[in-house]
Amino acid sequence: MNDDTIALRADGLYKVFGRHADEAVIALHRGTPREDLPSGTTAAVIDASFEVRRGEIFVVMGLSGSGKSTLIRMLNGLHEATAGTVEVGGESITDIPAKRLREIRRKRISMVFQHFALLPHRTVIDNVAYGLEIQGVEREERVAKARQVTEIVGLKGWEEKHPAELSGGMQQRVGLARALAADTDVLLMDEAFSALDPLIRREMQDQLLELQAELGKTIIFITHDLNEAMYIGDRIAVMRDGRIVQIGSPEDILTNPANDYVEQFVQDVDRTKVLTAESVMRKPRAVVHVGAGPRAALTLMRDEQLAGAYVVNKDRSIVGWVRDRDVFDLVRRGVKDLSSVIQSDHGAVAKDTALADLFIPSLEAALPLGVLDERDRLVGVIPRVTLLAALGGEPEAAVQAAPRPDPMPTAEVDQVLEAAVGAGATETKEAI
Amino acid sequence: MEFRIPVGTWIDSFFDWLEDTFSWFFEGLREIFIQLFDAVAWVFATPPELVVVVVVALGALLARGWRFAVGSVLGLLFIIGVDQWDNAIDSLALVLVAAFLAVALSVPLGIWAARNDTVSKVVKPVMDFLQTLPAFVYLIPALALFRVGVAPGVIATIVFAMAPGVRLTELGIRGVDKEVVEAGQAFGAHPRRILRQIQIPLAMPSIMAGINQIIMLSLSMVVIAGFVGAGGLGGDVVQAVSALNGRLGWEAGLSVVVLAILLDRFTASFGKGMGLYSTWRKRRLARHEAAEQARFDAEETSAPTATSAPQLGV
Repeated sequence: MNDDTIALRADGLYKVFGRHADEAVIALHRGTPREDLPSGTTAAVIDASFEVRRGEIFVVMGLSGSGKSTLIRMLNGLHEATAGTVEVGGESITDIPAKRLREIRRKRISMVFQHFALLPHRTVIDNVAYGLEIQGVEREERVAKARQVTEIVGLKGWEEKHPAELSGGMQQRVGLARALAADTDVLLMDEAFSALDPLIRREMQDQLLELQAELGKTIIFITHDLNEAMYIGDRIAVMRDGRIVQIGSPEDILTNPANDYVEQFVQDVDRTKVLTAESVMRKPRAVVHVGAGPRAALTLMRDEQLAGAYVVNKDRSIVGWVRDRDVFDLVRRGVKDLSSVIQSDHGAVAKDTALADLFIPSLEAALPLGVLDERDRLVGVIPRVTLLAALGGEPEAAVQAAPRPDPMPTAEVDQVLEAAVGAGATETKEAI
Repeated sequence: MEFRIPVGTWIDSFFDWLEDTFSWFFEGLREIFIQLFDAVAWVFATPPELVVVVVVALGALLARGWRFAVGSVLGLLFIIGVDQWDNAIDSLALVLVAAFLAVALSVPLGIWAARNDTVSKVVKPVMDFLQTLPAFVYLIPALALFRVGVAPGVIATIVFAMAPGVRLTELGIRGVDKEVVEAGQAFGAHPRRILRQIQIPLAMPSIMAGINQIIMLSLSMVVIAGFVGAGGLGGDVVQAVSALNGRLGWEAGLSVVVLAILLDRFTASFGKGMGLYSTWRKRRLARHEAAEQARFDAEETSAPTATSAPQLGV
């Protein structure tokens, strides 16, 4: 059970408020819907199980009343679980003495609150140092550490102010700093940014991601805002009526919703920010090896009816691209080597690029946009139709997309036009 | 046949039993009350009257400001002028002793009730009962248990005045922002520490309002306590009523009013940030914080910490 990569594990968690809680758990376990419980008994969380990996941002998303706040409060024992277990760092926190629970809260798991929950009668620095104070750290040391963290969250120069003198965003920075200063592995964030206005919220989200990248904390984040969940979450658990209905990566949830509820929910998400190049790319149809001759390349392009192709090395890392006309020239001139016509401005993007950032490169690329993995290997391409289809929510539609008719060759058109003029059709000219 | 519940008899015999069984206890309590009362009265009665007036005026200046200081000088001079000084001091001593004991009992009880629903459920009706029962009724058993004098006055005053202290303390602590208390818990603070560092400081305005109410109710009991020989202004009022002496009644009565205003304004100003004292305190705190901030800033520029601070528009 002591898997090192798991920071927190919840197993079969139930929280039932009211009388006869234990009987209600048995009933729920047998499948009774929560509406059918006797009145006065409320099931807030039903059979929640999940694992949070070390260094992960795990988001629990649900509307109000879905039980997410109750769930997060069971993870540090603020609410006692009616049934089920919670393990933090391999140690159970359910059914342990209050003293041990307090120790775990001091050392392992801290929390950021929706309405900041700062101590109004203390200065910023003393608020930030609060967790350390409870851990029993000497004043000098805890102030020194609190000052570092205060600076990290961007509140340098405000150390001796009182919370009431700070704006909402700054107050929540204090809340975040207080949790960071406690230096626990796990950070619980209960609707931490929901009380902030949208601009500040976005700024805080970015800062959280930055800090996370720097400090590698395990974060469990509660929100009712799907866009927020998609933006910051490595994995998301969607809750409804006390149950977790789906756990998966943002893309999973967006592209494979587990049921109608999740599907409806994700309808309003800005797909371009969540979906990545990798999730919409197609297999590259025509790839030419750099060692292959112009003849092979031209044959391939003719067979696939393409005006150009990407050129790659043996290990599939990208070199550039070639145009059919240039290769055609080479073949006519009898040149045996492609390298003279390879253009290096391939404009390919990394596979984790968000859809929103693909539009301009896609316009600029002569071929379907190339997609590279972390070793610069060409793993896919995104034709413009695929990009449009993905926006519409149905990436598969691109396959059936009707091919855009190519314009007729200009030479033939000119020929026909000239012939028409010769026949004395002058009215056509006037009409133009 | 007549329907009759002999509840009076029951309660009366209960107190008789109490008196017989625990007379040693009540004798001891009586001694304590009398000693406390004498000590407080001695403090105010020993120095010359004008010295006391000046000290009170200084206290008023510190607690609330110069207008209150002038008002309290005028009020005290009035009491001296109507020759009620000694009585007023007796009454003040009675109020202070009773209020002190009432606070010492009611605040912890209120805290306990705030933290324990069962206690709250028991305490609430008891407090309602004590507060609505006519005050004179306490005096009978109090007299029986403590005999004539200051002691029954003190005990009746405590019982009468406790209720708002308990209630406002409980209300204040329960009213503390739930998230802030959760923050204390989430960081692993012991419940006693949460009480000391979070709940009591944040409930302070409410607790102070409770203490203010206790003192005001104590004062209103002073006159009633005159009936059991507690003396003071109440004694004179009772005497004036029985002799239909209007002059004495008015003079003693108005002195009670002066005392009431003084005590109310004094206690209401605690923790409100008024007067010279809090001005000084605020200034000192601001200076201290500014100094700390300057120290932080100075240290930072001379020795930058290793942590990289993301630049954010705050």
